[in-house]
Amino acid sequence: MSKSPSSRRSADDRGFRLGTGFFALLVVLLVLGIFIELFRTSNLSIAKFGFRFWTGKVWDPVAGEFGALPFIWGTLYSSILAMLISTPIALGIAIFLSELSPRPLRTPLAFLTELLAAIPSIVYGLWGIFVLVPLVRKLEVLTPVWMKKIPLFSGPPLGVGMLSAALILAVMVIPFTSSVAREVLKAVPASQREAAYALGATRWEAIQAALRYGRTGILGAVMLGLGRAIGETMAVTMVIGNNPQVSWSLFAPQHTMAAVIANEFTEAADDLYLSALIEIGLVLFVITVVINALSRFLIWSVSREVKVKVEPPVVPVPAEPEVAA
Amino acid sequence: MTGTRARKALSSVVVALCAAAVGIALVPLAFVFFYVIQQGFSSLNWDFFTKMPKPVGEAGGGMANSIVGTLILIAVAGAIAIPVGVIAGVYLSEYGKRRFASLVRFTADVLNGVPSIVIGIFAYGLAVLPVKHFSALAGGLALSFMMIPIITRTTEELLNLVPGTLREGSLALGATRARSAFSIMLPAALPGIMTGILVALARIAGETAPLLFTAFNNRFFSTALNQPISSLTVQVYTYAISPYEDWHRQAWAGALVLVSVVFLFSVLARVVTRRLERMHRT
Repeated sequence: MSKSPSSRRSADDRGFRLGTGFFALLVVLLVLGIFIELFRTSNLSIAKFGFRFWTGKVWDPVAGEFGALPFIWGTLYSSILAMLISTPIALGIAIFLSELSPRPLRTPLAFLTELLAAIPSIVYGLWGIFVLVPLVRKLEVLTPVWMKKIPLFSGPPLGVGMLSAALILAVMVIPFTSSVAREVLKAVPASQREAAYALGATRWEAIQAALRYGRTGILGAVMLGLGRAIGETMAVTMVIGNNPQVSWSLFAPQHTMAAVIANEFTEAADDLYLSALIEIGLVLFVITVVINALSRFLIWSVSREVKVKVEPPVVPVPAEPEVAA
Repeated sequence: MTGTRARKALSSVVVALCAAAVGIALVPLAFVFFYVIQQGFSSLNWDFFTKMPKPVGEAGGGMANSIVGTLILIAVAGAIAIPVGVIAGVYLSEYGKRRFASLVRFTADVLNGVPSIVIGIFAYGLAVLPVKHFSALAGGLALSFMMIPIITRTTEELLNLVPGTLREGSLALGATRARSAFSIMLPAALPGIMTGILVALARIAGETAPLLFTAFNNRFFSTALNQPISSLTVQVYTYAISPYEDWHRQAWAGALVLVSVVFLFSVLARVVTRRLERMHRT
């Protein structure tokens, strides 16, 4: 029996859905594949060291002793410092661009701040080595003696170290946090601000109302920035000094998870060494996936109805013409 | 009322601080641009594009092999990522309301946040470990993994900008879903998608970390896909951490080229979107 035209068409449509769906599935498989591959290849190190890997302070490839604590420390410390510096700035930008800026300035300023995300990490690193690090060194030399007694500022003024890394990271993550926070603020209904104004609120109080309404999304924006900071590799490895040690000092050269992989991967002569580096990569992967997933969830929860873009746009998507309510 | 003045004052202070935040963010931007242009221009010349790197101590030379290498790497990456990303994007735009589509969207966003160095390890395990040597193919593969989520989401977004009436019209005329997606919707969104892809390519050309142990580096001119290959970024890295001043100059020139490419494509994207915006308004 020959099929009717309409059922042939629905078979065509099914083929189309499954065909294109297959490519969409590839995206999911890619993420799963990364996890499985990293898990498989880091097996040697996981089996040999177990949890000790994450508490050990000694990283001695020659002796076959691998403890990743200094790298975790460096990654967390540098990222948290970077977030402390960048979050107020990024939120300030988001507030200014969504609530305060004169209309004609809005687009060019948004473009410029998002340009920060477009500069390749290697260029930040190069700039870091030759411009930022000497500046930081000068600053460190100027540190008064009494301050040097505080552990935070102890150590010789090398320039390369935690402070330079945190500063460069802060600059790099600003656009990520600010653009998402701006989208979140845009998604806050105008009625929130209007209600505040109607009650006699000042501008800042009205903004506070909007911030409170969008707070989960804003938290998501900050976490997105954190995810970026944790995974950043090149710029950090070029200015942090690459010295595995656990230290509170901002002046001390330290190391991060991403940096140690970048530095030592091609030198890893034996399987255990390579496997240890891949285990660091695996944990880096898990941490960033969790942070990103959480961040998207938070952003999504605040704006289920209103679409929020979660990246500085590759192609800035034109604002949809506003529909009169 | 008491405190009104204080509240107003506080409000003005906060407004000023927010404006200052924008200023603070633009300082490093200007700072980076200034140095890259100043240092880069003085070292950038024709030789940079046409000559091979010179050994230490000999002045001059260029990065011809690295430039060709980067072009080959992004060609490989594009050849893999563009079809996958565009078709996945078509799926998301056509069947966006399904639960599976939400999952794909979510994973694409998560994948976008995976550190590039981790993607490098994955590509290493996939394409370097089995054959025991670094290759341009492995590097291109790593870059393609970074491009796929970007292209997927860009394609979806731009397809969603095309008025739905177009799809309905073509379906009403008896076109299959596939026909309407590929012959009506996709062409309508094509200028935007192409720009999106160009910007993604330009950005991916600036990646270093995923290439360190996939494409590795090559001091010689090579176009072979199964051999290690040089790239602008890895070469800039090598030069930047070297102790030689001549090499530092070359690194700045490389940085200038990278930044110019990214900047040009970003501006281009802006112009194209402006056009699209105007088109869709009327």
